[in-house]
Amino acid sequence: MIKKIKFVIIILFFSFIFFVFFLGLDKPNSYLPKKNITEIDTSLVFKNLYDQKEIVLGELISKNSFSIVNIWASWCLPCRDEHEYLLKLKNLNKINVIGINYKDKKSNAAKFLLDLGNPYHEVLIDLDGTKSIEFGAIGVPETYLINNKIIVKKYIGPLDQSKLKDIIEIIKNEKN
Amino acid sequence: MKKIKLILYILSFTLIFLNNLNADNSQQIDKISKNLRCLICQGQSVYDSQSDFALSMKVLIDNKIKEGKTEKEIYDFLKNKYGEWIVYEPEIGLNTILLWVIPLILFIFGGILIARKVSIK
Repeated sequence: MIKKIKFVIIILFFSFIFFVFFLGLDKPNSYLPKKNITEIDTSLVFKNLYDQKEIVLGELISKNSFSIVNIWASWCLPCRDEHEYLLKLKNLNKINVIGINYKDKKSNAAKFLLDLGNPYHEVLIDLDGTKSIEFGAIGVPETYLINNKIIVKKYIGPLDQSKLKDIIEIIKNEKN
Repeated sequence: MKKIKLILYILSFTLIFLNNLNADNSQQIDKISKNLRCLICQGQSVYDSQSDFALSMKVLIDNKIKEGKTEKEIYDFLKNKYGEWIVYEPEIGLNTILLWVIPLILFIFGGILIARKVSIK
């Protein structure tokens, strides 16, 4: 009798473990930070790419209702892919697009914008990458849709047609 | 000749001593970054990783220490930015209580098993 009970318990135990691992197979194993920051620190001070003037982030963001902060670098290949979508965003003329140049050389960054066009109303630099951490960024490219100092949505990786649509839709909905 | 040697010895020792005096900041950076998960190269700590993200993170930790932030404040700051997952040691909460309790239960259970085995003999 005891043997039987033991046997059943062991079977149950292993099937439980099997079940847990089986469910775990479906889970994606790469972790993306949950969107639990909503507010950004507007007292951050950045330097401008071209004239090295210091600018407080809050001044740039509170101008318009919607702003986009895009973290990019000239050495980052996906940033080239997303560039046309940023230019499209700029052409909408409704959104304030701010670029943060991540760990880059000034000359390379300037050349990048000269070659591909400048989609940004303001280009700020983040030489050591610490300011991007304040946004909760883990790499380049990353794009933040900001409304009144609050991050509405975060896009990790290069922008594409569907993300662009998403951004435009969010802005439309908010205005209605 | 001997005098020069002596001076050299004293000089090198003071240099080492000064080095150690300045090093306590980096020790604290190491301690904190060992407990942080690198989000780019998952499976490595920020301390181990040489990715851009991890390097920036170390600079940030250094800056925060210089600002006079405590270890806990730095963890809280990063948790606020990246979520609880960034620290290796999870907080005790409703979601993680099993994680903390299961080893304890197993430990006690094992203890009981051993105690019984020993007492039977």
